[in-house]
Amino acid sequence: MASSLLNTALSVAAKDLRIEWRTKTAFASSIVFAVLVLAIFYFSRDTTVVSELDIAPSALWVTFTFASMLGLNRAFLLEQENRAIDAILITDVPRTGVFLGKVLGNLAFVAVVELITLPLFALFFNVPILRPLPALLAVTAMATLAFVTVGTLLSAMVVRTRFAELMLPVLLLPFLVPPVIGAVQITAGLLAYRPLSDFSGWLRLLASFDIAFVAACLLLFDATVEE
Amino acid sequence: MTNSNPIERLLKRGWTLTIAALLSLVAVYVRVVYFTPVESTQGPAQKIFYVHVPSAWAALVAFAVTGIVSLLYLKRRDEKLDTIGAASAEVGLVFGAVMLTTGPIWGKVIWGAWWAWDAKLTSTLFLYILFVGYVVLRGAVVDPEMRARFSAVVGILALILVPFIYFSVNMFRTLHPEPPVLRSGGPALPGSMLLTLMLSVVVFSVLYVGFLMVRYSLSVLKDLREKRAADGIS
Repeated sequence: MASSLLNTALSVAAKDLRIEWRTKTAFASSIVFAVLVLAIFYFSRDTTVVSELDIAPSALWVTFTFASMLGLNRAFLLEQENRAIDAILITDVPRTGVFLGKVLGNLAFVAVVELITLPLFALFFNVPILRPLPALLAVTAMATLAFVTVGTLLSAMVVRTRFAELMLPVLLLPFLVPPVIGAVQITAGLLAYRPLSDFSGWLRLLASFDIAFVAACLLLFDATVEE
Repeated sequence: MTNSNPIERLLKRGWTLTIAALLSLVAVYVRVVYFTPVESTQGPAQKIFYVHVPSAWAALVAFAVTGIVSLLYLKRRDEKLDTIGAASAEVGLVFGAVMLTTGPIWGKVIWGAWWAWDAKLTSTLFLYILFVGYVVLRGAVVDPEMRARFSAVVGILALILVPFIYFSVNMFRTLHPEPPVLRSGGPALPGSMLLTLMLSVVVFSVLYVGFLMVRYSLSVLKDLREKRAADGIS
């Protein structure tokens, strides 16, 4: 059972990523969007009054979350064409595995977007990211897991509604609040060379959010696709 | 036809309760304005408290009912539960709107600012947005069974989210010194003020139940009519 769950997840994720690799549409639009947001943030301030470091954490996280949101709907939109989701659901594979696969695919997609955005961010904002890099990556991974999991579950529902593209941001926004506030706080500290141990409260919050919502989404996915 | 009678009775009872609650609300306001002492430091501005707190209470009860009913729906698959959840969410948005407008009016006078990113304000704001999403989602799904399932999922996620939002904003605040105006010293209310507040909370709760009954029975009647119309066509 466990191995078939994992196999299903991996093959669903591999399939989605292969499709994305061949077209690169979501990927290209996410990256272009990320560059645009970073540029707007940079030019929004008076350079003599506000330093780069003051605005950098929010710029980074607005870019991460908005650019990822562009791609999140794609995982289930793919399955809407020719009602492919029905074909997946009538096969004898664990549905939790299908959801896990979609989450993994989305995580990989968002991770690549983030890994490209991060050096661009360091370049545009002239902030030193090398020294706090491992901690920064760990925090990014925790926050990303949180909103990608919830976003994937919500997108499984919204793609079957009338205004799919508009609905995801409306529903996802409140769920972004705790992980992104935490991530922004920690990022600001890390960029100012403060140690990660200063933020144990936020880290605990991120970790418990991850655990609670990954578990809840795995349990609730069944209810979003049964028919 | 036989099915619609109890619902129409419920609708009538809901209206009676709502009108009774609205009349009592007038009585409570009279008591608030004329028969409750003016608070010594805040002055007349404090009077809004008797509207703000009860509406916040009613809104949070309404959202909690939606969350709990969502959980029950996924277990029992009773469409009544879904209708109750939807009705409660809509009524909650009404009370929430009262809460979110009276709060800043008071804040402007007492804090000197319309808004503060305080834990309570922020969590209620995002809770409100979440239920706006809930209602919008319902409007975008055509199939009633699918709509019920989807909104139940959102309702349950909302239930889990609330403590996280509260803690995250609370932690942000505690890292910074709290402005002295924001400090709520847990005011021990004098008896007459407490009584007014309690009366107001009771009236708002009755109003919530009245609204809920009306909204629920109207939804059921609408579904019945749609079903009849669909049967007529086929």
